[in-house]
Amino acid sequence: MTETLREINDRRQRLTAGIGERVRALPRWQKVLGLLAFVGFLYYLPYLGIPGLTWFRTDYIPQGNNWAGVLFSCAIYVLIAIGLNIVVGLAGLLDLGYVGFYAIGAYSVALFGSTQSPVVEALQNRFGLSEQWAVSWAICIPLAITFTMISGVILGWPTLRLRGDYLAIVTLGFGEIIRIVARNSSWTGGPQGIAAIPGPEGAPSADNTIFGLIDPKPWYWLALTVVIVMVFAVRRLEHSRVGRAWLAIREDEDAAAVMGVPGFKFKLWAFAMGAALGGLSGFLFASRNAFIEPTQFNVYLSILFVAAVVAGGAGNIPGVAIGAFLLAYLPERFRDFSEYRTLAFGLALVLVMLLRPQGLIPSRRRARELADRRKEAPANV
Amino acid sequence: MSDPEDLVSLAVSEQPRRDDLLVVDHVTLRFGGVVALDDVSFEVRRGEILGLIGPNGAGKTTCFNAMTGVYRPTSGEVRFDGERVSGRKPHQINRMGIARTFQNIRLFPEMTALENVMVGTDSQHFTSVPGALFRLYRKRAKPEELPVVDSDNGLVRAWQQTRLAFAKVFGISRHTLEERAGEQKGMALLRFVGIADRANDLARNLPYGYQRRLEIARALATEPKLLCLDEPAAGFNPAEKEQLLKLIRDIRDKGYTVLLIEHDMRLVMGVTDRIVVLEFGKKIAEGPPAEVRENPKVIAAYLGVPADAS
Repeated sequence: MTETLREINDRRQRLTAGIGERVRALPRWQKVLGLLAFVGFLYYLPYLGIPGLTWFRTDYIPQGNNWAGVLFSCAIYVLIAIGLNIVVGLAGLLDLGYVGFYAIGAYSVALFGSTQSPVVEALQNRFGLSEQWAVSWAICIPLAITFTMISGVILGWPTLRLRGDYLAIVTLGFGEIIRIVARNSSWTGGPQGIAAIPGPEGAPSADNTIFGLIDPKPWYWLALTVVIVMVFAVRRLEHSRVGRAWLAIREDEDAAAVMGVPGFKFKLWAFAMGAALGGLSGFLFASRNAFIEPTQFNVYLSILFVAAVVAGGAGNIPGVAIGAFLLAYLPERFRDFSEYRTLAFGLALVLVMLLRPQGLIPSRRRARELADRRKEAPANV
Repeated sequence: MSDPEDLVSLAVSEQPRRDDLLVVDHVTLRFGGVVALDDVSFEVRRGEILGLIGPNGAGKTTCFNAMTGVYRPTSGEVRFDGERVSGRKPHQINRMGIARTFQNIRLFPEMTALENVMVGTDSQHFTSVPGALFRLYRKRAKPEELPVVDSDNGLVRAWQQTRLAFAKVFGISRHTLEERAGEQKGMALLRFVGIADRANDLARNLPYGYQRRLEIARALATEPKLLCLDEPAAGFNPAEKEQLLKLIRDIRDKGYTVLLIEHDMRLVMGVTDRIVVLEFGKKIAEGPPAEVRENPKVIAAYLGVPADAS
């Protein structure tokens, strides 16, 4: 069976071979124009009405979810994948507790921004503030980033001495600890969660004209803008001393140390930067949802995030973005098969791993590595 | 900035004083009941090529690891430039000025040859996450550091001019300068070891001989005072060994001190100034090649003749 699939895949490869090379060979200004057009298209997506493409809208099917709302969650996932890609794809540290950072980001805006949160209530009582007082949304952004970065460092400090599977197990535990603490502490609102989480226009109310509860389009544009800024930022890191250090650590940590790479420092940075992006993503999710509770941050999400990165192509930003987009989009589009949704989804993942173990759009390095390996061992193992 | 070819020879400016660079002082190393090194003492002098030889299992690599901080001596100590080596982290030892290659090649296989060397040059640089992210630490650009405007295409030219104006007003970031310096020095080093033609190939795709040379280039990129080569000729044919000898001599002529571990006697005899011979964790001889070659203990160690019978 896998033989037949491989054959089909090889035929497809022969058809699509060279497309990437041809794109890369284009003059730079054409690439820039193409990129701008693509970004414009992304901003236009919520209105998608081009004949033939409307099929892709999730509200094309009966009971389909709001299209812009789905796009928003896709953007959230992409942001997470880009963050996790720093940790898993670049620095090569397997983090199975990434949902912890997502939760911390979400809880920081909830705990400090919502008038109903126990933390804000305690602050109101302590300093005699009015019942309406809460930390404003804009100030919650740096708060969320700071908290997640600090938690990344706190998690990383003792655990980054571990390697491989051991690190994965510890991080898996971290994700669960965050969820369980959120569930069992009174200051996090416990299992009831926290409501009335603010957006850019303040606490959710019917008066909010742009970032309201009904129309998700502005939320999508906000998230998309954040994603674009972050892609730019991560690319800067990738093509610098930091990115090289991360790759060197991924490739051979001991050799990197002997060549003067302070491994621990850069691994900690990878954790902190990855955590910041995950936290930012959770922050956006909480502000859009206006309500969070602990069960939204279970371990299933962590696995899904890693799946997005691996299926998309670890180490490559377009790859992980596509992977995350598909993982958020496909279950929504194929809601018809509601019971079989997870099954179909799992099957799709297995297919991806069989046909393209290097991911959908792998980084050029990984692609070559795996292609070489197949040449070396032509037998179907 | 000076001519990139000159960057390789930076180490020459270090005054080659005739004193000891690395001192191995009565080092004993035990693993449980096994004595891997037994009261070994020798020193590496500035500007020389010292050979460390011995039959298989004599403790050469163990000695090497004790010197580079991988193992901590059970007793005795290793001093580099007057400072204790043991107890420091590997990257700190690298910053003290010791660089090494590995017996079994350990490059970064998924990085290009140039990137591999740039990891080495990065060890003298300071850009970290904030610097790379926000391009901080800007300073006024010297004329030759400014971006060039050379395109014929109007749009591209306008973009280049914008960048030039920006650089003139806001200066150039440390990140940019370091990237540029690293790339130039990296290319110069690749030319020096003779593999510049494959600079943009992934390290894993390079031929074996190129990989060995790349390891040497990467180690040199960290600007070491002492370069330790762990069996650099392993797996080489005689012609390749000859080229390697020439390279090692060139490296010494650039002003580096070289410690060479090797069990191919002919290679060691041809290039070293002094030789230290280990057997079963003990130093059995030390001196110039000609002298060591005549030493009955060394002959016995290599040919398996009992020392008293010779």
